[in-house]
Amino acid sequence: MNPDTRKTANRNSGLPESPPRRSFLDYLLGASALATLGAIVYPIFKFMSPPQIVESAENSVVAAKLSEVPPNSGKIFKFGNKPGILVHTAPGEFKAFSAVCTHLECIVQYRDDTKQIWCACHNGQYNLSGKNIGGPPPRPLEEYKVNTRGDDVVVTRG
Amino acid sequence: MRIASITNWLDERLSISTLAAVAQKKEVPRHRHSIWYYFGGMTLFLFAVQVVTGILLLLYYRPSAENAFESVQFIITEVKFGWLIRSIHSWSANLMIATLFIHMFSVFFLRAYYPPREITWVSGAFLLIIVICFGFSGYLLPWNKLAFFATKVGTEIAGVVPIVGRPILRFLRGGDDVTGATLTRFFGFHVAVLPATATVFIAIHVALVQLHGMHVPQKYEHNYQRMKFFPNFIMRDLIGWILAIGVLAALAALFPWELGEKADAFAPAPAGIKPEWYFLFMFQTLKWIPAKILGLDGEVLGIMAFNVIALLLFIVPFIDRDPENRRRHLIFNICGVFALLFIVVMTIVGYVTK
Amino acid sequence: MALCLRGSLCLCGEMISRTLHHRDTEISPRHRRSLINLGLSLFLVLIVFSLASAQKKSSCIECHIRLDDPRLSAPAKLFDNDIHKSRGLSCNDCHGGDPNADTKEAAKDPSKGYLGKPKTLDIPAYCGKCHSDANLMKRFNPSLRVDQEREYYTSVHGKLLKEKNETRVATCISCHSVHGIRTPTDPLSSVYPSNVATTCAKFHASADYMKPFGIPSDQFDKYQTSVHAKALYDKQDLSAPTCNDCHGNHGATPPGIASVANVCGQCHGRQAELFQTSPHKKAFDEKQLAECITCHSNHAILKPNDQMIGTQQGALCINCHSSGDKGFAAAGMMRSRIDELIASIDKSTAILKDAEEKGMEVSKPKFELKGATDALTHARVLIHSSSTAEVDKVVGPGLDVASKGYQAGLAALGERRFRREGLIVSLVFILFLALLVYFKIRQIESRQTSNTGSTS
Repeated sequence: MNPDTRKTANRNSGLPESPPRRSFLDYLLGASALATLGAIVYPIFKFMSPPQIVESAENSVVAAKLSEVPPNSGKIFKFGNKPGILVHTAPGEFKAFSAVCTHLECIVQYRDDTKQIWCACHNGQYNLSGKNIGGPPPRPLEEYKVNTRGDDVVVTRG
Repeated sequence: MRIASITNWLDERLSISTLAAVAQKKEVPRHRHSIWYYFGGMTLFLFAVQVVTGILLLLYYRPSAENAFESVQFIITEVKFGWLIRSIHSWSANLMIATLFIHMFSVFFLRAYYPPREITWVSGAFLLIIVICFGFSGYLLPWNKLAFFATKVGTEIAGVVPIVGRPILRFLRGGDDVTGATLTRFFGFHVAVLPATATVFIAIHVALVQLHGMHVPQKYEHNYQRMKFFPNFIMRDLIGWILAIGVLAALAALFPWELGEKADAFAPAPAGIKPEWYFLFMFQTLKWIPAKILGLDGEVLGIMAFNVIALLLFIVPFIDRDPENRRRHLIFNICGVFALLFIVVMTIVGYVTK
Repeated sequence: MALCLRGSLCLCGEMISRTLHHRDTEISPRHRRSLINLGLSLFLVLIVFSLASAQKKSSCIECHIRLDDPRLSAPAKLFDNDIHKSRGLSCNDCHGGDPNADTKEAAKDPSKGYLGKPKTLDIPAYCGKCHSDANLMKRFNPSLRVDQEREYYTSVHGKLLKEKNETRVATCISCHSVHGIRTPTDPLSSVYPSNVATTCAKFHASADYMKPFGIPSDQFDKYQTSVHAKALYDKQDLSAPTCNDCHGNHGATPPGIASVANVCGQCHGRQAELFQTSPHKKAFDEKQLAECITCHSNHAILKPNDQMIGTQQGALCINCHSSGDKGFAAAGMMRSRIDELIASIDKSTAILKDAEEKGMEVSKPKFELKGATDALTHARVLIHSSSTAEVDKVVGPGLDVASKGYQAGLAALGERRFRREGLIVSLVFILFLALLVYFKIRQIESRQTSNTGSTS
């Protein structure tokens, strides 16, 4: 090692000539370091705080509360990026299907008079197994599994 | 008064003052090529950013084929600043690989691997492999279409290697196909296996750098100045890091990392799937390589060649160890320049071609 | 019988196996098994042969299949794939005669009920012998109708045949073919849904053939361009209508003005229902206009588009309505409501696409926008009510959904702006800090140099 630099090192680690005075630069530096640190910590803190919607799961969704769907009624719910239809049949069974009509992708609905799933756009009819039984739909509706968990009706993709 | 007593108490137990004295003494050579010294530290800083943002993403990410895509979508739409954290994680990963390459080539051309720094180089080469594995495994985690097919192609390439290829492919995919099992596996590698391994190698790498000090190129060996590591060098590092944060924030805000469409194993492969840019040169080479070379499968040969080159990378310091051997010096320079040009050209070609 | 046969077969196999087992213990089990199999299959072949010869001796087939004249040999060859054969019927079940006889004369003995080839005029009754007999048909296919013959005589074909002795018209075999008759569910059948149109076109697309009857021959070409043909052939949707779905099959006849709506309404029930409630119903009845086809045409039914409604050039409404009447106003109104919805959806789609291209995540509002397209599809159906109020019932909510999508797009773009502004602010701070650190370094280093003096 260069003897000169060693000398410098000793000098610097030893007592400085003037007592350490905080210059304007130091204060400014400290303040903006704190501000930047804040700008980094703030998003992190916000990121960690739980968001409004807490679930991201999409292969299973709470389609409705039990009270929302009395027997012989249906309800449209959001399932991933597709609508689904939950049907509480007259005998008391829960059924769930994709609510996208296989004809021209209208959203189907449950009809309590015919006890069928019905598409208003072109009078497409599906039975409560999702099978296309009337009108133009070429294919059945995709069926989902339904479970009840307490007061929640949970629909799960197969 | 109080602070002094606390410092004393800590000092007695941790001997901070000894450490401080060592830090005070630590110096960094100062010459025309000093700039390259900063890239190692920059890589380390970006790695730290990866660790922090990665841990944050772990709070919401769900590693399964059913949920992965939706959870990332959730992060970038519902979670406050989720878009920022996710984009920074992606951008920082890419910048880290870039700085790592710069660091490696600078070390190579400045011959910083001469004895006694062979192990530093080897540990660095390990870190390169680890970081590439990080990139490859992390790319799949959002479970989008592009990542799905890129992983499919990437693992397929590994499977081409004779004898060991097929078992490697099965090991990587966790089965015969890219499925949810692959995702879980890649997640495990990405957040547990690789970080643990990386920590060990980083520790070795950094410790060795402390032990040997910074390497000074032959040309300046007898003619250079010194700079104190603390605070002069570290503060310069700091400027780089602060600017890096700025660059990351700008990239994240201006070019948010795309999520794309959810992977669907039954969907046809999208046209023009390309791997991440740091694999592009290999991808392009394999595309251009003739189907048959001397009766052997061209692709297999290409992959084997890349493996051999990777192996050569590890033994560089053991072949080129004599600073006085000018001829070898020249050969190594030519090889290095050729490799660099090859990577740059092939990457550009890979980008331009459909 | 079959049961008994199977029983004896098992018994026989058992016996063979036992004999082998006792006689030759040195044969390896594998060999033994294959020997048993061989024995069994030989036995089976024998049984099948004897059964076939006992039941199916047909001198008709034996003789006809060898004849050189293809007109005489073809029936024998074709009959192999005939549904009647698979139900156990043979030549004599239709043509009479004696299949057991060995000479031509004996086989075709009229005293044994030999009928020979029926005249065209007699064909419907010839098939009807069995097909109109409910008691008989029950034995073969309980769900098959038995009114084809009666229906046939209500068709234009049947009337011409019966009343005018016109033999150029279609009879049973014109569509169903003869001797190689397959069920309509068999994809190779000439009356399988996707084959019906070509079967009818064999004659109906021939201008020469149709000339004496004074009817056009372009129906098939027109049908090929229709939305129905596209569904049937391109989408392989077998429920899409072909000739017989509108004209009837055995009772084939043009539906006629009064009943055309009922025909279309079979599938397009919603539109038919709406039309019945619309003021058009009465007007069409009074003016003797055919419903549906007046606007949609008959064979060349194209996919409807929004240009068809309204008051602009090319719209169908102005064929009857003119400026100043109520219908004219309603047509213009409905069209403008639909256009409004389309424009609104387009606007929302565009802004969401813009936001997406700029890297914002808008999959959720994009999903919700589907509600508006849904409303649009629905509105296009509701125009059959000719009531602006009905159309408004779905256009209104559709517009709300679309405008929500637009708001979401605006919000996404706003968020992007916010991010950029936030970036600028934080970049200012970051750069300022970097600058300060730089000054600090200069300060420290100038102090260091002043401390060390000019020694280094």
